[in-house]
Amino acid sequence: MRNNGPKSPTPAALLPKCPTGIQGLDEITGGGLPRGRPTLVCGGAGCGKTLLSVEFLVRGAVQFDEPGVLMAFEETEAELTANVSSLGFDLAGLVERKKVVIDYVHIERSEVQESGEYDLEGLFVRLNHAIDSIGAKRVVLDTLEALFASLPNEAILRAELRRLFRWLKDKGVTAVITAERGRDQLTRHGLEEYVSDCVILLDHRVNDQIATRHLRVAKYRGALHGTNEFPFLIGAEGLSVLPITSLGLNHKVSNERIATGIPRLDAMLGGRGFFRGSSILLTGTAGTGKTIISANFAQAACRRGERTLFFSFEESPNQIIRNMLSIGLRLEPMVKRGLLRFHSARPSLYGLEMHLATMFKEIAAFQPQVVIVDPITSLMDLGTSSEGKGMVTRLIDYLKGGQVTSLFTSLTHGGHVLQQSEAGMSSLMDSWLLLEDFEGNGERNRVLYVLKARGMKHSNQVREFLISDHGVDVVDAYIGASGVLTGSARAAQNSLEKAAVLANQQEAARLKREVERKRTAIERQISGLRSDYEAEAVELRRIAEQVGTSTLMLTTQRAESGRLRQADANVAAGTRDRAKHGPNGSRSS
Amino acid sequence: MKTKTIERRVATPARQPSELWQLRLYVTDSTPKSLTAFANLKKICESQLKGSYRITVIDLLKQPQLAKGDQILAIPTVVRKLPKPVRTIIGNLSDTERVLVGLDLRPTG
Repeated sequence: MRNNGPKSPTPAALLPKCPTGIQGLDEITGGGLPRGRPTLVCGGAGCGKTLLSVEFLVRGAVQFDEPGVLMAFEETEAELTANVSSLGFDLAGLVERKKVVIDYVHIERSEVQESGEYDLEGLFVRLNHAIDSIGAKRVVLDTLEALFASLPNEAILRAELRRLFRWLKDKGVTAVITAERGRDQLTRHGLEEYVSDCVILLDHRVNDQIATRHLRVAKYRGALHGTNEFPFLIGAEGLSVLPITSLGLNHKVSNERIATGIPRLDAMLGGRGFFRGSSILLTGTAGTGKTIISANFAQAACRRGERTLFFSFEESPNQIIRNMLSIGLRLEPMVKRGLLRFHSARPSLYGLEMHLATMFKEIAAFQPQVVIVDPITSLMDLGTSSEGKGMVTRLIDYLKGGQVTSLFTSLTHGGHVLQQSEAGMSSLMDSWLLLEDFEGNGERNRVLYVLKARGMKHSNQVREFLISDHGVDVVDAYIGASGVLTGSARAAQNSLEKAAVLANQQEAARLKREVERKRTAIERQISGLRSDYEAEAVELRRIAEQVGTSTLMLTTQRAESGRLRQADANVAAGTRDRAKHGPNGSRSS
Repeated sequence: MKTKTIERRVATPARQPSELWQLRLYVTDSTPKSLTAFANLKKICESQLKGSYRITVIDLLKQPQLAKGDQILAIPTVVRKLPKPVRTIIGNLSDTERVLVGLDLRPTG
């Protein structure tokens, strides 16, 4: 405690961690237990305290080359070795190779008589000897509290324990001390008073007949840690803690797009399919074709040469292969080529965590690029909704971490409630496709639409989803005033439309003919009028000519008569001149 | 009271003196506790088992590997290796009564 004072400014940088190697625990604690300090692990009976501490030692010796001392107060060396050998830990071998020292400390209270003062120097000597004999870096004291039952003088014991933890720190070993969970304090004998750097609580409780173990880092002085309760499993390879929420959301992302195996569906997703490493949710009621789309997706991935892992919780692999063959999807060659692997299990086979751990193991072993879970809802029904969601989160986090594209199908139970019930899970998903049954016109038809697709342009339209002998196809559904029409209604609507188009065409042709007819009629009229006009013009010309002739004739006649009347005129004129100018006037004219 | 009991013990020894008692005293270095324990043990043995006992003092700082065999935790500890069964007493042996009970040198009751 006193040591922490001066080095507080950047504790994370200054606090060295000791990796446990236990799956998930290092993630929660941000790298492991505090190096060179004691950590208290407490929990009730059967929580896995001993296992956690033994795994800490074994992994330390095997993976990190840090030898360890196990001081066992409850189980003998032989018992411990046998107990953990089922988890693949070869304690005996490690002891032989001087990587681990097991010291079984046992005092039978009835065989020991106490007389006068004493201390626990013997324990220190033994521990010191064990540590020095192999150069141990890690120490486990399991379960130190057993001493409270063996030694009658609690005052001495407490003083000595305080000294022990101080001594362990001075020795510089990373220690794990296990203790029984107390009724109203962390440990039955208040050990947390002495070990205050890191406290891990283990818990085993039964919920809805399903027992789940939980781990919580109650305290971690000077370091960031996940404070939630995390389920953990004791599997065939030791302990695995499953962080529900990983501490950071910092997956690498890919811009690569991968096809779904259904070209029209790709087209709905901005033309190029899903992002690699994204999580896809496919919801639909029973029989809407979820498995079929999944199988298509799997086949498309396998054709690209990618490994695909298909978790099936409803059908056996052979059944899926047979069923998909009926729509022209040949999955068997993919399985034979080792590109496609099925993992089928009944959901009720074991609890949620066990399923998750099995899936993790399968994924780690097969290293797929695409993972399909069909359906995820079967698994989620096993636990409470928050546990189920937690599990999906963990699975998605895990898959995204490895840039694995994941497709989850989800069985919903009809109605529009489905969108609400899936809302919790959907927030974890990057893309969400909805498959629906449309009932009407005496038939059921499947439709498909993209509810969301993060980071890509996607179609907002409802498409009809057809399943035939040749696979699946997505076609435009008819969307009109009367709603979405599918199946035969869509076909009827199509022919109706065709008839309407034909009628329109005929009408247009008729109109065109009419116009043509009118045009010719008018032209005819025009030519009639023109000929009338021309006839009239001819007449007019004739009349005009006649008029001209008659005028000429009249003039001629006038002239003639004038000429005839000349003398008289001259005479008349002469008389007029003479009257004016004299008698010679008549000569000038 | 105590003294009286011891005297009575001396009068009627519980064990045959012919048996050789083997006692081990585990200590760490020559701490006051260790020295007190050795003195007390010696005194009790002299009075009870004169001539038929052997005390081996083991310093765990010099021979730490020996601690495991007799399951030594507390210091000082006396282990009666012989006669069987093995008996263990922890502490500086200042409480003689308890030592006698522990070593089975007086009948219970």
